Amino acid sequence: MAPFQEGFLVDLDLSEEQRLLKDGVERLMREHYSFEDRRKYRTEKLGFSEAMWARYAELGLLGLPFAEVHGGLGAGAVETMIVMEAFGQALILEPYFATVILAGGILRHGANEAQKSKLVPAIAEGRMKLAFAYAEPQSRYDLFDVETKAKRDGDGWVLNGTKGLVLHGDVADKIIVSARTAGSAREKDGIGLFLVDANAPGLMRRAYPTQDGLRAAEITLQNVRIAAADVISDPAGAFPIISRVADEAIAALCAEAIGCFAEMHAITVNYLKTRKQFGTTIGSFQVLQHRAVDMFVELEQSRSMATYATMMAGESDVTERERALSAAKAQIGHSSKALGRQAIQLHGGIGMTMEYSIGHYFKHVTMIDASFGDTDHHLQRLASLGGLFGDQAIQR
Amino acid sequence: MDLNFTADELAFRDEVRAFCRSAIPTDIREKLIAGRHPSKDDKVRWTRILAEKGWAVPHWPIEYGGKGWTPVQQYIFGEEVSQTPAPEPAGSGINLVGPVIYTFGSDAQKKYFLPRIVNVDDWWCEGFSEPGAGSDLASLKTRAERKGDHYIVNGQKIWTSLAQYSNWIFCLVRTDPDAKKQRGISFLLIDLKSPGVTVRPIQLFDGYPEVCEVFFDDVRVPVENLVGEENRGWDYAKFVLGNGRVTIACVGLSKERIRRIKELASRTRVGGERLIDKPDFRKKIAAVEVQLKALEMTQLRVVANQSKLEKGTQDPASSILKIKGSEIQQATAELLMDVIGPYALPYQSEEEFQREEPAIGPDWAGPIAPAYFNGRKVPIYSGSDEIQRNIIAKVVLGL
Repeated sequence: MAPFQEGFLVDLDLSEEQRLLKDGVERLMREHYSFEDRRKYRTEKLGFSEAMWARYAELGLLGLPFAEVHGGLGAGAVETMIVMEAFGQALILEPYFATVILAGGILRHGANEAQKSKLVPAIAEGRMKLAFAYAEPQSRYDLFDVETKAKRDGDGWVLNGTKGLVLHGDVADKIIVSARTAGSAREKDGIGLFLVDANAPGLMRRAYPTQDGLRAAEITLQNVRIAAADVISDPAGAFPIISRVADEAIAALCAEAIGCFAEMHAITVNYLKTRKQFGTTIGSFQVLQHRAVDMFVELEQSRSMATYATMMAGESDVTERERALSAAKAQIGHSSKALGRQAIQLHGGIGMTMEYSIGHYFKHVTMIDASFGDTDHHLQRLASLGGLFGDQAIQR
Repeated sequence: MDLNFTADELAFRDEVRAFCRSAIPTDIREKLIAGRHPSKDDKVRWTRILAEKGWAVPHWPIEYGGKGWTPVQQYIFGEEVSQTPAPEPAGSGINLVGPVIYTFGSDAQKKYFLPRIVNVDDWWCEGFSEPGAGSDLASLKTRAERKGDHYIVNGQKIWTSLAQYSNWIFCLVRTDPDAKKQRGISFLLIDLKSPGVTVRPIQLFDGYPEVCEVFFDDVRVPVENLVGEENRGWDYAKFVLGNGRVTIACVGLSKERIRRIKELASRTRVGGERLIDKPDFRKKIAAVEVQLKALEMTQLRVVANQSKLEKGTQDPASSILKIKGSEIQQATAELLMDVIGPYALPYQSEEEFQREEPAIGPDWAGPIAPAYFNGRKVPIYSGSDEIQRNIIAKVVLGL
């Protein structure tokens, strides 16, 4: 991919390998993830398809972003974007985002060699699922708002507290938990990351379905003992890792949302071309044509910002990175409402049903907006960082 | 033009408000405040409470149980009830088919059906839309063939709200397939217990089975159940769709939502301060309140104009009420999503609420996202916003 240069529009030319990856995952979704397939997978014991999870492993998707020396494919942000978009288009149920992007991201950026060697092969081969417990009941979208405590206990630590909204926390074999070793409740310093076994004594999970057909859990930790080997990175200084993974997560979610938007748009345009009322197809009415065009504009603007997010997710200047990711998340949030609502409206009554797919896509993009900061949160973050353009104008 | 209430009207408002607040069962009121759907039993209970007070059908002619109130009193009553908050009437009898029966029905129909509507002995649903006849309602195909002293009905209705609670359905049926679209339609009252009727609930994507498909397979309907004249059904349908237009704006409901938003925002902390204390959020609320006040004033103007309009005709300005009303309902649902933030994610079913399972996150979180999703129906139902705009363009603007 050509590097971004000020003033020049980047043409996202995929390499041959990236093209193969895209074709492969899109074919997998086409052949095994119709909306009817998805309905069946939801009724399985874990709420998703274990067979599909095995296929993701086969295709190398579970090991995609990890270093080759640990059993991964050594791929980058663009590859993640390709996969997440295809997964969004099919609205997959499997815990890819939680295991590979979230927990996987923490491992990639924070784990030591021993931890990576032990965990990454298991993840890549589909033998282990993980979750990342970063939120708490009071934390809203502030990743530094951590009240769960980690107290030194000999060589290791003891964890006490509650983590909320842990995506796929119900099925995880291991859960990475952010907990506070020092400092006050909303301080960025003093936060650590701890690898907790799901069966650890003192760990309790309350599993529940989410609005969009996935699963999550509220997790309480009562004197959960962590060995020294299961501390990830600096137990008092892990926040930069959390923050970085959150921005990578945002880029991934933006890509997933594009897949959803593309599908919603395609389904809607097809409906306009086929549905007849007043003796003609409703797509012949100019008002509805303009609405479909508006959806198209939203889709492409969001696609552009998802691309921008992917480009900037690995940016070393944290301020620049956060500005970019906040802008992208805010754009996607805006489109989830503008495009999403229009998709339902243009379908009339049928768009409101559980049986039809549109409502499910709308629920998912709405939940994406409620993850890692909604539109307001990110506009606020962008604004407080000085915005995107003309920042010389802001006197400091 | 004076849009202020008179002293008498204010006193009436206070009387209605006081009655509603004291008479509404607490469990029903709390359910509605929480944003959950009232059950069938809740709606029946409330309608019967109003019936006992003599207020179930205040807008009907006095001879059928009405109160003879002025349009302004009618309006005040509707707004106060919805703001309690209290459920809408049980079924479509009180606001939709009842007025059709007393305006166009036979004496036998009036005598039999009207008292049963008032006391909710019958729960009526509306059989208008079909899979191929949504916005283009006049293209409906459900056929009623006259055979001796019965009609034989074959076809399918869809989006029939709460048909699974209902025992009667009023249907637009095609009695003359050779006539031009609107001219071959009749208005037929059908007992849902008739052999050949199948009711199938449809789950909306928020999880609530709010509407149904109703199938008619050689259903025999007595000729006595035809309302008015054969093939004049489209006129009666227009009358139905024109009735109760003023309350379609749901101003009372939106006012209650705003109150709720402010209450919940003061219980929610974001970054160490209350959400209600954040200037950005208060500005957002204020913007919606301005729209709502404008809608309320427009509604008052429509009410004031009602007495000047020919009885039964619809003020096209009332299409504004639906368009803005649905926009504002959307905006309040969105504000509630802003308040709940990340805890919109967990899904709890209605059964879980009824079992009083412990909440996940704040105890008020559960219904918020489903209400946001359910609210996507508002710009679609009861005449889509697109149709409302067509009506204004054609009838008001002459375009």
